[in-house]
Amino acid sequence: MIFLDNLINGLSLGSIYAIIALGYTMVYGIAKMLNFAHGDVIMIGAYVAFCGLQYWGLPPVLAIAVSMIACTVLGVTIEGLAYRPLRQAASLAVLITAIGMSYLLQNTALMIWGANPKSFPTTFINSVSIRLGRLNISIATLITIFANIVIMVSLTLFTAKTKMGKAMRCVSEDRGAAELMGINVNRTISVTFAIGSALAAIAGVLLCSSYPILQPTTGSMPGIKAFTAAVFGGIGSIPGAMLGGVLLGVIEIFGKAYISTELGDAIVFAVLIVVLLVKPTGLLGRPIREKV
Amino acid sequence: MTKTKRKRLIYNLITFSVVIAAYLILQHMIDAKTITRSLKGQLVPICAWIVMAVSLNLVIGFSGELSLGHAGFMSVGAYTGAVVSGWLLNAFQMENTVLRLVLAIVAGGILAGIAGVVIGIPVLRLRGDYLAIVTLAFGEIIRNLVNVLYIGTSEGHLNFSFLHKNLPESAVILVDGAKGAVKIKPISTFTVGFVLILITLIIVLNLVNSRAGRAIQATRDNRIAAESMGVSVTKYKMMAFVTAAVLAGMAGALYGLNSSTVVPTQFTFNQSINVLVFVVLGGLGNVLGSVISAAFLTVLPEVLREFADYRMLVYAIVLILVMIFTNNPAIRSLVNRLISPVKALLRGRQPSALQGGDKA
Amino acid sequence: MKKIIALALAFMMIWSVCTAVAEDVITLKIAHIGPTTGAAALYGLATLHGAEIAVQEINEAGGKYRIELINEDDEHNVEKVINAYNAALDAGAQMILGTTTSKPCEAAGALGYTDRVFFLTPSASSTAVIEDKDNVFQICFTDPNQGRASAQYIADHQLGTKIAVIYNNADVYSTGIRDTFVEEAAAKNLEIVSESTFTDETTDFTVQVADAQNAGAEIVFLPMYYTPASMILKTAADKAYAPIFFGVDGMDGILSVEGFDTSLAEGVMLLTPFVATSKDEKVVSFVNKYQAAYNEIPIQFAADAYDGIYILVQAAEKAGITSDMSPEEACDLLIAAIQEITVDGITGSMTWDESGAVTKTPLAATIVNGEYVFED
Repeated sequence: MIFLDNLINGLSLGSIYAIIALGYTMVYGIAKMLNFAHGDVIMIGAYVAFCGLQYWGLPPVLAIAVSMIACTVLGVTIEGLAYRPLRQAASLAVLITAIGMSYLLQNTALMIWGANPKSFPTTFINSVSIRLGRLNISIATLITIFANIVIMVSLTLFTAKTKMGKAMRCVSEDRGAAELMGINVNRTISVTFAIGSALAAIAGVLLCSSYPILQPTTGSMPGIKAFTAAVFGGIGSIPGAMLGGVLLGVIEIFGKAYISTELGDAIVFAVLIVVLLVKPTGLLGRPIREKV
Repeated sequence: MTKTKRKRLIYNLITFSVVIAAYLILQHMIDAKTITRSLKGQLVPICAWIVMAVSLNLVIGFSGELSLGHAGFMSVGAYTGAVVSGWLLNAFQMENTVLRLVLAIVAGGILAGIAGVVIGIPVLRLRGDYLAIVTLAFGEIIRNLVNVLYIGTSEGHLNFSFLHKNLPESAVILVDGAKGAVKIKPISTFTVGFVLILITLIIVLNLVNSRAGRAIQATRDNRIAAESMGVSVTKYKMMAFVTAAVLAGMAGALYGLNSSTVVPTQFTFNQSINVLVFVVLGGLGNVLGSVISAAFLTVLPEVLREFADYRMLVYAIVLILVMIFTNNPAIRSLVNRLISPVKALLRGRQPSALQGGDKA
Repeated sequence: MKKIIALALAFMMIWSVCTAVAEDVITLKIAHIGPTTGAAALYGLATLHGAEIAVQEINEAGGKYRIELINEDDEHNVEKVINAYNAALDAGAQMILGTTTSKPCEAAGALGYTDRVFFLTPSASSTAVIEDKDNVFQICFTDPNQGRASAQYIADHQLGTKIAVIYNNADVYSTGIRDTFVEEAAAKNLEIVSESTFTDETTDFTVQVADAQNAGAEIVFLPMYYTPASMILKTAADKAYAPIFFGVDGMDGILSVEGFDTSLAEGVMLLTPFVATSKDEKVVSFVNKYQAAYNEIPIQFAADAYDGIYILVQAAEKAGITSDMSPEEACDLLIAAIQEITVDGITGSMTWDESGAVTKTPLAATIVNGEYVFED
């Protein structure tokens, strides 16, 4: 029973990591950059949703929608202002710019919402919890796991079936060739950022529904963990991000529950290292082909 | 060939003279008491960060591997330095601070080097972002382990315990788990920091310009070509990685012994990122650039104190703008055209841009 | 014509104020050092704002002292705090109100010991802050005292014998309280049935709560700040686990977290010297002013810093500090003076001995219907 309890907690935590990791992996796959500010977009999304629920009295669905719109606008703006001028630059230069953006978002949030933590209103989402014997499953957990599956499936369908999705895969495969084929690379990348940021808003709401403290630094650690998860699953791969995220969450909970809470994070990272040594491109990553 | 050699010599000369001139000016200001307290207090940390930046540049700029765990080696050095210094003082009553500092720095370098070997063996089998994430993971693991480490000294011995504090009653506590290394007697001096920078520059510039250094750069520019020419990629990458770890450990010891306490939270992933920012801003493979940008970016937040609470906001904006202005091709070519004669002289070697992921 | 008269009047007023200043007003330059940016900004901003309220009161009251408050940000970082400290002294500070957090205070205080600079910290509570230095004094309790007092209170009131402890093992405050709590609990025959840890970056507390629940703990001791505590309460509620939660002074503030469902904190007990909902006249006045200025309910950090300014003024008066004294000159005078005064602040009546630790009485409070109710 305790095992099942831990498993469900792990799946719930892992599902949140997975949704965040999807944002990392999509942007990486298409724009070939690590968007370090992604964790902070999540934080902004959660704050906007918080304002919607707490100050403007919006119904939950509407608050989430507003938050998604805000994040989409934010994501596309960041991409256009800070990342697009560096499209031809070395990838490390873009990485540093993303780090600068992460600082900027955190400090802006500090200016707007102050340093005091806010407690995310959760009454709408877990007024009920399902009891199975001694097992308690909160509605937030179920919604998180369900949302994760829905998002994964629709993203896979989107990239496989739609015209835009095909353009994305094309840009991800070979940007130069895509451009020659008449694909608008800048627009494709903007759309990718828009989707990734909208996902960030959902991730922010889900994160704060399960773990309801909201601070300017709320996004950074989950961001790093999710980034780890994306690499774990094979960065650039959508099912990989999902698998990596869920596994990372489960390992984290099990490591803490059965080995030691003191060394919880060390265990997660140790497992990651072992996996990468056995499979150097992550669980579902494509092997690197080398051309001579 | 001779032309490149001469260029390189000029570049090295400029690098050394900038550092030495800066030292002489600052030392003069200290003697004349015209230096502000604030700047004086930052001198040792600046030295430590310069060494960190130059050593990380060896890994990223010359060896071409993105390492995100450099602060981990620094923490190994800082802790080792604090323990060695405390042990020498308590067990052997060694009062000579300079000798103690030098021994502590050497010990910090050795232990960080060992950590570098242990971590390097698995890590260097990986490439690109996967390597980056594993170095990040190691950095976090080191921090996690140090957090539950207890070290004391009694009767001339060192006592260790892990996870739970279990030291003899009589022991003088040197490392106290989450409370970090405690009751350090600050003994770092600006002059020793300066000497450490010189040593670092000598090691790095010599390594880079040696046969091994050319091999290291060859593995960066084209691994397969280098391999087929008979260069042992792993060996040379390892050489760069471990050298950088040793230097980071030494910087750590200097840094740790500058303050009365050291905590694990000082060496997080964010700190590694900070050093990375120094390196990228200074230019990959550009040693003098690392020196200048490390010093500049360490002082910048202090200069921005006037902005009070907006300071970190301003810092972030400055960082983004600098990156865009120095890396946008359009702006860059304009600047290049304007200052190309000067630049050609300054730059010993054109640092080639590093690609984050391997090209498929 | 009216304008000219108004102008003349204004001039006269300024002139009279100026002459008054020239005659007998003493300006104290106090530097507040704390993290006003970064992850610990909430504590640094609280102490800064608390101090600002006190400074405003004193300057408006127009007594013998005026205060010039210098603020320096230390980012809760052991390296940056040295910069902040040096910048404060460069700006002419005579004494330091700070630093807000323990590890930075330990580093800056040690430097202040050699430089001879007086430190009064509102909230740095580890013993290392005051150990081996005569220049640092605290306004809050030391951590070991809190741990001991909590165990004693639980034993004396027979709240239960099976105890779980959840603490932040990367935090000096949390581990400091936990260490003496566990020691004292053993002496009082209380059984620690579960002990688990977390760090600053932890978001998920399910494992820690489940461990306490499965071990059958009747009391869960939470030596931590209110931010993680609120997450633990939420997790426990999800699991339908309702032991007695026992907190420490860092728990104060939990009821004023925006959006927090206070029913989760029902029955939580804590030992604290300050609660914002107190009916005490001075506390009410402080809370009202603070809310008006910053639109937030003050936490204990703010109250400590508010008291801190008054303590510094009272000690400065006793020591005869003047506007032109250097920090070195003021230091020893202040050290002697603070040990002779008794200050009645909003966090209680306080005295100090040469160790630097404060003597004041903590109050035990229980949260009932979203409000603190005091016992005894």
